[in-house]
Amino acid sequence: MSATLATPPAATPAAAPDEPALQARGLRVWYGQSLALKDIDLDIPRHRITALIGPSGCGKSTLLRCFNRMNDLIADARMEGDVRFDGESIAGPKVDAVSLRRRIGMVFQKPNPFPKSIYNNIAWGARINGYRGDMDELVERSLRRAALWDEVKDKIHRSGLDLSGGQQQRLCIARTLAVEPEVILMDEPCSALDPISTARVEDLMDDLKDDYTIVIVTHNMQQARRVSNMTACLMPDVDAVGGHRTGVLVEFSPTDLLFTNPKDPRTEAYITGRIG
Amino acid sequence: MSGGASADHFRPHRRLRTLAGPIFGAACLLATLTGVVVLAVLMLAIVAAALSGGPEAGAFDVGGAARELASLLGRLVSGRQSSDPARAGYHAGVVSSLWLLGLTAAIGIPAGVGAGVFLEEYMPAGRLRRIIQTNIANLAGVPSVVYGILGLALFVRAFGVPGLALGPSLLAGALTLSLLILPTIVITTQEALRTVPPSLRQAALALGATRWQVVSGHVLPAALPGIMTGTILGLSRAIGETAPLLMVGAAGSLLRAPRGPLDRYTALPVEIYNYAKEPDRAFQPVAAGGILILVALLLTMNAVAIVIRNRFRRRR
Repeated sequence: MSATLATPPAATPAAAPDEPALQARGLRVWYGQSLALKDIDLDIPRHRITALIGPSGCGKSTLLRCFNRMNDLIADARMEGDVRFDGESIAGPKVDAVSLRRRIGMVFQKPNPFPKSIYNNIAWGARINGYRGDMDELVERSLRRAALWDEVKDKIHRSGLDLSGGQQQRLCIARTLAVEPEVILMDEPCSALDPISTARVEDLMDDLKDDYTIVIVTHNMQQARRVSNMTACLMPDVDAVGGHRTGVLVEFSPTDLLFTNPKDPRTEAYITGRIG
Repeated sequence: MSGGASADHFRPHRRLRTLAGPIFGAACLLATLTGVVVLAVLMLAIVAAALSGGPEAGAFDVGGAARELASLLGRLVSGRQSSDPARAGYHAGVVSSLWLLGLTAAIGIPAGVGAGVFLEEYMPAGRLRRIIQTNIANLAGVPSVVYGILGLALFVRAFGVPGLALGPSLLAGALTLSLLILPTIVITTQEALRTVPPSLRQAALALGATRWQVVSGHVLPAALPGIMTGTILGLSRAIGETAPLLMVGAAGSLLRAPRGPLDRYTALPVEIYNYAKEPDRAFQPVAAGGILILVALLLTMNAVAIVIRNRFRRRR
């Protein structure tokens, strides 16, 4: 794991010493007739936290959902270009999106635990993926890893919906960890949480990055600064035809650099609060 | 826009507005009472008709009337069809109706729930789905006697194809009733599935679940109370139907209760109809008693629906 994070911003194929976990090449996403994302080239480094920032409607979440093929669920969404995971293409109809999603987990904006017990929230994903080990042990390990075990160990068979919002979100993270993914995608995981719960989730992310590659979409620039190693700034393209917003990647740099010395004037305008 | 004159632009009508609320409320109360009063009068009239055969008990002797009613119902449930009003009963009808209920449930529920799940969870939105959807909605409005004609051609006679025709059997009746309640079950299933939040499906899919695992593990359990309620209401409708069963050959007179799905059958409402049209006035209590049995059966089913709904209802 070399510490070099100097992946060149956008464009040129990465010559990183360590192969990136996820790569997007010339990625375009269409929703029906409107282009939502245009020509995205992005290398997500392994075992780092990469933040996707940008104003509303710039396609951050769309980009995130390309990595685990969740856009497949939207009837008229179409993907062009290539997305690679560990060097293998995950675009195209031949890829098994179901197995892919076990390896690339996702945490959503609003905590969405299953209306089941805490135990079964964790166990269900493992069970459907054919987990053969000791389920009790897996549940405990996942909850410990998500820093939730101490709070719930006495009520593990109570409904996951009885937990607070912050606890629910950590339960969702634990549930994701239980199927042993390599990548965790987080779509504004803290936007529905209070500051204390947010801090706990952020601590947890920092803790998890040694073992997982994390991509987080956030509206909160402070959060991007606090947690991420790399930051990608997306912008809705002003030249879009017919009023459609087309997201483009304007800058991708190490987080420190992007926030202190943005190269693109649009990034600067956004992080200083003049856009969005 | 000058401040002083603006007061003149308002006509508050305070008195009218104060009165409008209570008047509207009273009108709504009256509308509610219509249903309650009609039901109460109906029940009283039927009970009175059921008792009119035996004038032993006085009008205000509630205990005696109740005992008499109980003995009448007991006799009706066990008695066979007869031209003697003192011995006539609904044994064959009750047994047939329960058979119909079971068979209709066994055929109609899987077909209806399956169709609802397919339309809602599997079929891509588009013109074809819209067409099917519209057709099912229209089917729900088709008069039940039309289903009887369809059942007669399709199940009883099988368009004349030998070997396929079921004849006037329980199975043919149950298939016809299944068709009748199918739209109701499909539509309520779809509505129940629609109340399941998309975030639940996404959560499951994001863990690497297949569509079947998402549907069976989360969506159906969450939609179950709604589906069951709709299903039981559909079955309640089926058990009260007369017209389609007359079309597909439910027997007016049947001396032996059916024992298997291919036996000849009758149905409680059919027997009630037959007793009610007897010219002998002594049959009036028999018909009224039959109605009470039918109503009791329906109320039991609705009560079961409510219990199931309350029991399975989950917090969101």
